[in-house]
Amino acid sequence: MPWAFLARKLARAFVTILAIVTFVFIILRLSGDPAVQILGADASFEALEAFREKWGLNDPIWQQYLRYLGDLLHGNFGISLVEGKDALEVVLDRLAKTLQLMGLSGLVTLIIGIPIGIYAALHRDSLRDRAIMAMGVAAFSIPSFVIGIFLILLFSVALRILPTAGSDTWRHYVMPVITMSTIDAAVFARLTRSAMLEVLSRPYMRTALAKGVRWPLAVRRHALPNAAIPLVTIVGFFVGSLIAGGVVTENVFAWPGIGRLLVSSVQNRDSAVVQVIVVMIALSMVTVNFAVDMAYGWLDPRIRQLRAEE
Amino acid sequence: MAVDVKVAVGEGERRRRRRPVPFLILLSLLIVGALVLVACFANWIAPYDYAGIDLRARLAPPAWLPKGTMAHILGTDELGRDVLSRLIFSIRTSLIVALLGCIISAILGTCLGFLSAHFRGWVDEVVMGAVDFQAALPFIILALAVVAFFDSNIVLFVGLMGIYGWERYARLTRAMTLSALSHGYAVAVHTLGARPVRVYVLHILPNIANTLIVTMTLNFPQIVLLETSLSFLGVGIQPPMTSLGNMVGFGRDYLLTAWWIAIFPAATIFLGTLGISLLGDWLRDRLDPTLR
Repeated sequence: MPWAFLARKLARAFVTILAIVTFVFIILRLSGDPAVQILGADASFEALEAFREKWGLNDPIWQQYLRYLGDLLHGNFGISLVEGKDALEVVLDRLAKTLQLMGLSGLVTLIIGIPIGIYAALHRDSLRDRAIMAMGVAAFSIPSFVIGIFLILLFSVALRILPTAGSDTWRHYVMPVITMSTIDAAVFARLTRSAMLEVLSRPYMRTALAKGVRWPLAVRRHALPNAAIPLVTIVGFFVGSLIAGGVVTENVFAWPGIGRLLVSSVQNRDSAVVQVIVVMIALSMVTVNFAVDMAYGWLDPRIRQLRAEE
Repeated sequence: MAVDVKVAVGEGERRRRRRPVPFLILLSLLIVGALVLVACFANWIAPYDYAGIDLRARLAPPAWLPKGTMAHILGTDELGRDVLSRLIFSIRTSLIVALLGCIISAILGTCLGFLSAHFRGWVDEVVMGAVDFQAALPFIILALAVVAFFDSNIVLFVGLMGIYGWERYARLTRAMTLSALSHGYAVAVHTLGARPVRVYVLHILPNIANTLIVTMTLNFPQIVLLETSLSFLGVGIQPPMTSLGNMVGFGRDYLLTAWWIAIFPAATIFLGTLGISLLGDWLRDRLDPTLR
């Protein structure tokens, strides 16, 4: 691993996180006087002034900014106005449910999307291939909450076999997981298909076949591993899409996770909780993208070469 | 828009254009055309005021169900408001918001792309840094954060839609301008004494317009998705205004008892976004020479 490349990527990740944290700080300050927001517009002047003095709101803005950064580094995000507890704690309480939903949906997405993409590529331009790709366009252009609503109509209203809200039994998982997986599975099918088509037309495939390697073995040994490499690059996009899809899906099915917490905190203007969630998502996105960059070079010797030469 | 696109189709396209338009595309065109017409003439088509409350006719089912009446063809909601009228006005709101957002982000992104290519140096760094920044956070999270700290109002919301997707235009414009600047025509106009703005707007822009229009057709359905999703979550268009997403959001609570409140707008979103995407895909195949 070339160290200069690693250092550059680390620096970029750090700058991105700093930019997002700064962005949150700026909109926090732009959105109005925190003293008025917390104590209410009818609070007395003395109370407001005392509050400002206590929390250092009268200090120069750069001091406030530095103190804010220090607080974040100590994991001190403030108190949730709604629950009256430490905001970080409120969010961490919901984390498990969200990760379960995301993990399961991610797995289902891969299990469905990748084989379909491979199948479509191996039957290129057949009717089945075109039908799969058309469905891909359809799934990609529908918002996930509409899928969720139609699932509820089918399974809960018409068939009456699945619950519409909550997360207690395996039945509660069925509709949210389908809602979250459909769109991403379509994206994966399309990408896998084009990656496979790209690989199948390579000279090494022809060489393998000319050597007398049978088609199934050539696909398994030569095509699939090479087609997998470009798929790694979209892991970052995939995680982002799972997070965004999770926010919507959790709200459709009243899932007690972070996405639902985020939306209800936005509606209640519980800024401490919103801040925790935004910073947490940004951190995980930056980490994932960093890991993908690293893994990509590790998986593909050609890229490693390129980076070493830089 | 349709007219612009036809003009933009160059001479080399003639051969392809003779191929008949696929059935699915015609259907999409029909759907999108109908939605646009409905949006334009909402005031004349809607049988009722979209905010008109009639508590005696609450939760009336659509006309073809038992107990349904022809007075409310698609039924009424929990406050007795006519679902059809609300649907018609929602189509209008959603289309206008998405269109404004699409235009704003195209202009914003293109201008920043030009600036970035013109000044290079730190301006370029800042713009490209902002592109990275936007890629680091799913946009819906960013939008939720902004709405959390400011009150949700229509101007802020349209502005947010306008920020969505600007980075694509910026990246494309920057790359294409950098290459255009080294081409003969840009150098020639510059040598003749034209000022930079003139070079960019009158000479380079027409040359890269094709790609930008394709990006717009890809961006538009994405903005519709974002608008409906945020409104569904209750942080987009606020009552008393109504949009497709916000109708589905409020109708979600009545799915088990009065499915028609949510299902008609949901079906409209489904057909609309599908139609727009298929059209966009088809346009891209025709306009983007790099894909052939």
